[in-house]
Amino acid sequence: MSQAPELIVDPHVNATGELRSVHKPVPHDSAERHVAGTALYVDDVFEPAGCLHVAVGGSPSAAGRIARLDLERVRAAPGVVAVATAADIPGHNDISPIGAGDDPILAGDEVVFHGQPLFIVIARDRLSARRAVGLAAIEIEETAPLLTAEAAADANAMVSPDFDIVRGDAAAGIAAAPRRLSGKLMIGGQEHFYLEGQAALAVPEEGGDMYVLTSTQHPSEVQKAVAEMLRQPLSTVTAEVRRMGGGFGGKESQAGQWAVLAALGARITGKPCKLRLDRDDDMIMTGKRHDFATFWKVGFDDEGTLLALELDFLARCGHSADLSVGVVDRTVFHADNAYYLKDIAARSRRLRTNTVSNTAFRGFGGPQGILAIEHVIDQVAHALGQDPFDVRMRNLYGPGRDVTPYGMEVFDNIAPEVMASVAERSGYRARRQEIARFNNENAFLKKGIAITPVKFGISFTTTHLNQAGALVHVYSDGSIHLNHGGTEMGQGLYVKVAQVVADEFGVDVAYVKITATTTAKVPNTSPTAASSGTDLNAMAARLAAAQIRTRLTAFAAEILEGPPEDVRFRDNHVILGNRSMPFAELVNKAYYARISLSSTGFYKTPKIHWDRETARGRPFFYFAYGAACSEVTIDTLTGELRVDRVDIVHDVGKSLNPAIDIGQIEGGFVQGMGWLTTEELVWDERGRLRTHAPSTYKIPTSSDVPAEFHVHLFDCENREGAIYGSKAVGEPPLMLAISVHSAIFDAIAGMARPEAPIPLRAPATPEAILNAIDAVRGDAVQEAYR
Amino acid sequence: MKAERDSITIIRRGEAVEIDRFAPTETLLDYLRLRERSIGTKEGCAEGDCGACTVAIGRPDGEGGVAYRPVNACIHLLGMADGAEVVTVEDLARGGTLHPVQRAFVDHHASQCGFCTPGFVMALFALHHRPDPGPIDRNDVNDAIAGNLCRCTGYKPIVAAALDACAEPQPDGFGESATTLTGIGEGQPVFVGNERSFFAAPAAIDELAALCMLHPGATIVAGATDVGLWITKQMRPIEQVIHVGRVRGLADVEDRSDSIEIGAAATYQDAWGALSAIDPDFAEVLRRLGSPQVRAVGTVGGNIANGSPIGDMPPLLIALGSGITLRRGAETRTMPLEDFYIDYGRQDRLPGEFLVSVRVPKPAGTAAFRAYKISKRFDQDISAVLAAIAIDLEGRRIASARIAFGGMAGIPKRARRVESALAGILLDDSSRSSAALDLLGDDFSPLSDHRASAGYRLRVARGLLMKALTEIAGTPSAHTRVVGLREVADVAGA
Repeated sequence: MSQAPELIVDPHVNATGELRSVHKPVPHDSAERHVAGTALYVDDVFEPAGCLHVAVGGSPSAAGRIARLDLERVRAAPGVVAVATAADIPGHNDISPIGAGDDPILAGDEVVFHGQPLFIVIARDRLSARRAVGLAAIEIEETAPLLTAEAAADANAMVSPDFDIVRGDAAAGIAAAPRRLSGKLMIGGQEHFYLEGQAALAVPEEGGDMYVLTSTQHPSEVQKAVAEMLRQPLSTVTAEVRRMGGGFGGKESQAGQWAVLAALGARITGKPCKLRLDRDDDMIMTGKRHDFATFWKVGFDDEGTLLALELDFLARCGHSADLSVGVVDRTVFHADNAYYLKDIAARSRRLRTNTVSNTAFRGFGGPQGILAIEHVIDQVAHALGQDPFDVRMRNLYGPGRDVTPYGMEVFDNIAPEVMASVAERSGYRARRQEIARFNNENAFLKKGIAITPVKFGISFTTTHLNQAGALVHVYSDGSIHLNHGGTEMGQGLYVKVAQVVADEFGVDVAYVKITATTTAKVPNTSPTAASSGTDLNAMAARLAAAQIRTRLTAFAAEILEGPPEDVRFRDNHVILGNRSMPFAELVNKAYYARISLSSTGFYKTPKIHWDRETARGRPFFYFAYGAACSEVTIDTLTGELRVDRVDIVHDVGKSLNPAIDIGQIEGGFVQGMGWLTTEELVWDERGRLRTHAPSTYKIPTSSDVPAEFHVHLFDCENREGAIYGSKAVGEPPLMLAISVHSAIFDAIAGMARPEAPIPLRAPATPEAILNAIDAVRGDAVQEAYR
Repeated sequence: MKAERDSITIIRRGEAVEIDRFAPTETLLDYLRLRERSIGTKEGCAEGDCGACTVAIGRPDGEGGVAYRPVNACIHLLGMADGAEVVTVEDLARGGTLHPVQRAFVDHHASQCGFCTPGFVMALFALHHRPDPGPIDRNDVNDAIAGNLCRCTGYKPIVAAALDACAEPQPDGFGESATTLTGIGEGQPVFVGNERSFFAAPAAIDELAALCMLHPGATIVAGATDVGLWITKQMRPIEQVIHVGRVRGLADVEDRSDSIEIGAAATYQDAWGALSAIDPDFAEVLRRLGSPQVRAVGTVGGNIANGSPIGDMPPLLIALGSGITLRRGAETRTMPLEDFYIDYGRQDRLPGEFLVSVRVPKPAGTAAFRAYKISKRFDQDISAVLAAIAIDLEGRRIASARIAFGGMAGIPKRARRVESALAGILLDDSSRSSAALDLLGDDFSPLSDHRASAGYRLRVARGLLMKALTEIAGTPSAHTRVVGLREVADVAGA
């Protein structure tokens, strides 16, 4: 099929003259199937006859050489069909998403983290496979593991070179500043806890081809990993995903391993093989949000203007690079958050430890960067005895101070308006007075309040990923088949793209059949990540649909006898002057007139460029903004925390689907709140994760959500050419939850002398809060307290 | 005694389904997903902590209707479902029309990825069928879904959907199977399997005693909320299961004037009313213990018998001076609960012996009671520290104190040094009480683990005792607590 001529659509204007689906709260396309239990996930699809089941055996040690891996008892166990180790992999034993070669599918000679996959068991049923795993005789000659970022920094163990963004001379600026502060902020990681664990079904096909049903945000990468493992061309492997039961970044690079192991089982046995990780194995064997040790130094004046800032981000990356280059880049990109810093040095190290390889997680390093600077501002405001809101407002980007440390103009800055809006809607000033009164009257309970902004850069900072493809067919009955490279993980991407396509043809969204993402229809796809799923795929799908509509327009002009520019597609009809025809009829006639009713679409983000060597450029197409006000109460005897009220004003441009977008904002906020409060990952001294199940790792429940939780969409349109003036929404709201951390800080700061820095780590668990309280109170206060 | 049955029967979609071949450890979830291929019910964690596998279990409510309780199918042994109606998410929509709970979910945009949704729908189906269909508010909904995790939505639309669908429940066609259910296997013991490997559910206590003597190595199971994890996580090769849930009389709760007698097989739900009446703090600990799914099947007896150092019931029961009755063969004996716990993982229970009941004395009029649960998350979390304080007052003087902690030692344990030091002190004498609390470090040397450090446990234990004394001295709990206010409970209870 020849490439269609390039067609350009105005991202703000609909050619059919009317938007009937776009900007409307259309329900999630699968909502009725979700509630009825008929939406199918990998484990729910009918297993092909003879399907076998794969379980994974992991390393009992965090570091060392494999001295013995005896699988005789495993092989002899009931129901076991085969076992496999690294030696059984026909092709490339690596799944590094960046080709680093440091991510073995199964460990060969040495182990580098506790739980690292060593072998697989293929059995007739899942239970037999899981039982057999425990029969392996494994001996590891252990070496001392590197477990923390700081230990790895001392050992100079890295997964990739350091990367800094520097403007001016921060050290000199701090030295010359009227006031200075410094400190260390420990930032915890986060488990994705997608409700559907990692799963894949591999089906061997003729001629060595392999079909893989997978739960991944990145089907093209699964395809590549399977093909390379099998030493076959990409064209022989198909990866398909209809939906995920949550992803959050945890199925971007790290879904590949399980699909590859299922395919290995299928290759060895010649039978379909399914691998679904048990929850504990999933939590032990897959990476998480990076935890950081962050060192900060700030120079400021008596008014609270930040003059110079040095930040050193030590990221614990785990045993391999995975996506850590990009993740930690985004940390330094966001070390400014919404603030202008004339002199800044944001330095980052990607440290290699004997822990599971940390990976993408909603925000992709941005949350840690933003938390760091918000914490610095909290410390500055506390030292000055100023309202932290005033300090924040003073430091926001503004006219004449609107270029980021990496040289990008903040051309669309609405942070001051968004901050002002949330301050007004929340009644911040009056409530601060009430809180002061409350704190005076209560010995045990203390309240705090804080407003924090978010400015989040939208685009993959790896420039080539900012592309997308789509495939649209119109069948002869007028029904429309939609396919694109984006994946559905619950975020509503599929329905948003369907809304756009429906409006391109002027038909109801019910005409559009949403189909599973597959590498066989749209090739070389980017991961559904970086909040960019809709920006990229909706444009690609719109372009595909517009090609077909252009052909139909010419045909309609012909048979309805009028000028093409007067043809309209609306209300499921094609209209020309006072004549009209049902869309289905037009399509049917077009088929008989031998008009092509299928088209691909391709989109790449314009204007962006980035030179990592010089750390300068325009890595982002635009910024998404938001701000949140949180009020908390803490119990100073126990450290317990209650979030009382949250007000959010968030910028999604002109929303494609307000219901979906508000869902992303609320859900992102609560997920971020979990990261910063109850969700604590604990490893023991041997490098074993001790919090590897929901019994021990605590994501928020319903009662943790504040009783008062108000979300408002900021009224504006994206100034850049994103689809219909909308903005990306997946990640930015997560960082609104930093206001909770700042509010806790505020509650503790109220008990502290100005000269006492407040050592509040993240997550602010009850124990962390009590530790911070004890640190600022000192013995004298403690005594008086008794 | 009626004849022994070698199969179990459940009701599915109005039909009686007889199941005669199953492994003693087969879970209800595996039965549904693998045998029946009812794939709407999801496995999220296989340990009863995420609620994705929630189904409703219906049993006769004694008043001609059916009581539906939510359970975690992932750790519910198939044999335990004997005699029950099992309702799954696929069953709710009738004739192509969504159930009101399902409809509300769609209308409120309450599903995103959809994987947790079936579990939420079933938890709310149970709320829809609550025994007392009085008004509900956001807190009631939060309690009803405390055992269901959602990672996408932030819960707000789910709560809105729940209030919409469940505030005034309309008949939904469920609950009409009461006559079918009544009498399934009534009074008949169940024994499926052989001498080596079996699932047994005796119907009378003498049968239970005989079975335990015959198979002293068998695993005694009540709600399986703990044993379920031995099966799904530790892969323990359990071959002999004795389920106590169908023993006549063993689940009785007798509310007497001075005490409550709770049978070993009584679930938290069964014992809820009587125990909650002891004190608002007892009710609050129960509210935060596990989840509706756990409390529907988990038992007070199991929480005692498994000897966990972090069970929430033992400290409360010890502080109240409870005693237990054990039986072995024909022999029974009683002992104070605190004496049952010898050391970490060791209880005073002989092979073949089982717990019959626990007797909980009601606090006297001169007594004050406080209990606090400290955990990283308020709902459905295991306590880092659980404190239970019972103080006998003579005016404003502490006559005597019984203080028990969970999470502070290898067993639930009393703070005896602190107890003696507090005796005789005036509530307002903060310097003497402070000195008494300093003895906590002599009573306990807690461990550091992933829930809390030893230092935190000691500090917080001291803080909780100070909080209790402050409250007993008259400070309203609105000034001392961020959760579980006593005044609210009093109003609600009035």
